Amino acid sequence: MTEIMFWEAVLRAHDEELANDPMVLVMGEDVGVVGGTYKATLGLYDKYGEQRVIDTPISENGFTGLGIGASFLGVRPIIEIMSVNFAWLAMDQMFNTAAKVRYMSGGQLEAPVVVRSPGGTAHQLGSQHSARMEKVFMGIAGLRVVTPSSPRQAYGLLKSAVRCNDPVFINEHELMYNMKGEVPDEEYFHPLEGSEIARPGRDVTLFGYNISVHWCLQAAELLSKHHGIEAEVVDLYALSPLDRAGIRDSVTRTHRAVIVEEAEPMVGVGAEVMAIINEECFFELDAAPLRVSALNVPIPYNHALEKTALPDANDVVEAVRTMFGV
Amino acid sequence: MKVADKKRLLREMLFARRFEERCYEAYVERNIGGFLHLYPGEEACAHGVLEAADADKDYVITSYRDHVHAIKWGADPRKVMAELYAKETGVSKGRGGSMHIFDVKNRFMGGYALVGGPFPLAAGIAKAIQMKKGEEICICFLGDAANNQGTFHESLNMAKLWNLPVFYVCENNLYGIGTRIDRSTAVVEQYKRVSAYNIPSAQEDGQDVEKVYKAAGKAIKHVRSGKGPYFLELMTYRYRGHSMSDSNAYRARAEERMWSKRDPIIMFRDRLIEDGHLTKEEYTDMDTDILDEIENEVIAFANDSPEPPVSEVERYVLAENDPWVRGGVHK
Ligand SMILES: Cc1ncc(C[n+]2csc(CCOP(=O)(O)OP(=O)(O)O)c2C)c(N)n1
Ligand SMILES: [Mg+2]
Repeated sequence: MTEIMFWEAVLRAHDEELANDPMVLVMGEDVGVVGGTYKATLGLYDKYGEQRVIDTPISENGFTGLGIGASFLGVRPIIEIMSVNFAWLAMDQMFNTAAKVRYMSGGQLEAPVVVRSPGGTAHQLGSQHSARMEKVFMGIAGLRVVTPSSPRQAYGLLKSAVRCNDPVFINEHELMYNMKGEVPDEEYFHPLEGSEIARPGRDVTLFGYNISVHWCLQAAELLSKHHGIEAEVVDLYALSPLDRAGIRDSVTRTHRAVIVEEAEPMVGVGAEVMAIINEECFFELDAAPLRVSALNVPIPYNHALEKTALPDANDVVEAVRTMFGV
Repeated sequence: MKVADKKRLLREMLFARRFEERCYEAYVERNIGGFLHLYPGEEACAHGVLEAADADKDYVITSYRDHVHAIKWGADPRKVMAELYAKETGVSKGRGGSMHIFDVKNRFMGGYALVGGPFPLAAGIAKAIQMKKGEEICICFLGDAANNQGTFHESLNMAKLWNLPVFYVCENNLYGIGTRIDRSTAVVEQYKRVSAYNIPSAQEDGQDVEKVYKAAGKAIKHVRSGKGPYFLELMTYRYRGHSMSDSNAYRARAEERMWSKRDPIIMFRDRLIEDGHLTKEEYTDMDTDILDEIENEVIAFANDSPEPPVSEVERYVLAENDPWVRGGVHK
């Protein structure tokens, strides 16, 4: 194990996969000469050349569609969308082609593309650079959605995504690229389905993914210290398909659930996990599940407003206290 | 073109016409559902272009008006009809329908329903060919109105930027559903639009299959030689409505009459007769033969085929038993 930064983990996965298979290529805005807005492809242009590390024009739907078309013939493109906010423009090709081509061709064609993109809110980036779009992608059949919470996951998920024959959307986070964490020294492939218990506990399950796993972990420490509540933190790194069994197992142990998401509550991860709890283990519940979400507003520029609009560890603590009446 | 090839081409075009007309009937009989876009009037475009391409190598991709292109590119007409009949034996196993004909083993890469969707896919197929250093090219057929999509401009830019082996064929039938081209498009002559991307282009009479063949041959030579993309605009006309729900109320009857005088099949037939390569009787026999084949083989096959099992509705959503989903094979 070596401790590296999140961006270094993504870079390592890119590098290994480019070295492993000459059909792997990387494409996106400023991924080549510049090395990626978050350094996820730093140095790869010099190492693998402009045919395989491709600086694209600012044509999100166009180059995503181009990558999908290339994947029909066995090319395995890793497409970087500079910011998730720009992925709206590529949704046509991702949803109308990549997600559906296997089905509508009766299994004749597949689109093994990886689209990775930093999402989430950073610091005062304003409404059009603060989208949290995972809920949009996870609602589409035919697409896999994963979202790493650590360098280890970022590395292993990207590697498996490149090898997998389905289109995979990897939702990263703008604030997490400098986060440090241990990554195995040997090659490691992370499963694209399932969930991980980030902290075991018995009293309540906190479901998080990506950055909200960290809010959940902070909240769990506070709850333990100040209230004697031992929270289990479940990391839903796979958003589609969601780990129904993992959700059921944890709630069956703790009998209480709080889902923590950075996005607005409407039609989101929280709503979906609640529905799964309802369907899988309703009678295990000792309390109505709660969700901690952003306010239903475009993200404001003003710092105080932005902070108010977004959830954090304290909001998770408050939700659990409300649930326990303490 | 050799005489034998001309006669075969005429038969293929007539087959395409009769196939589409039979689809119309089958739709009225309610054997075909959904949206159905037919090709009569435009046969010389697909046949002229694809006759000039390499059937053992090249890739073809197009829109929802896709039956004829697929058949010309090797798809079994029985399986295309079975697809329209939503049967398990259909090219796309009854999951696609009229707008989503796929026959990948023949390199027919699909029919797509989103106007302009195939532009970047074609460029991507060409990118893959380029990476593999292949001699193949990708041929992308789309309508005139598709050129007002952003993907048109994005794809042309990238195709030229990276000199990809892609051949864009614009079937300009003057309408996007009911909107005539001059009411939707600032530059009516489509071949002029691509000069903004330094892509060589030409406009050709899309009703004359021999002219199309020649123009396409020139274009394909250019693309195959590694010089990058080419754009060919073919002037044509669809006889029927855009899809089955369209009565053509927006078109002048005089305009329709004018185009029917330039029918691609009749023009080609008459030329072959004039040149002494074909007799009227031979043509009539050919037609009877085709009608029999369509009824006794194509329709019969579609009719007699089973529907996909309902138990398989969730098949083909994701890859089956992909080991990487579980974190790979060596774990
Ligand atoms: C993105 C998108 N917008 C609108 C439509 C509806 N639509 C289907 S075909 C069509 C007209 C396309 O005309 P053209 O590209 O000229 O092709 P033609 O049908 O004439 O062959 C429209 C508007 C669609 N399928 N996709
Ligand atoms: Mg048209």
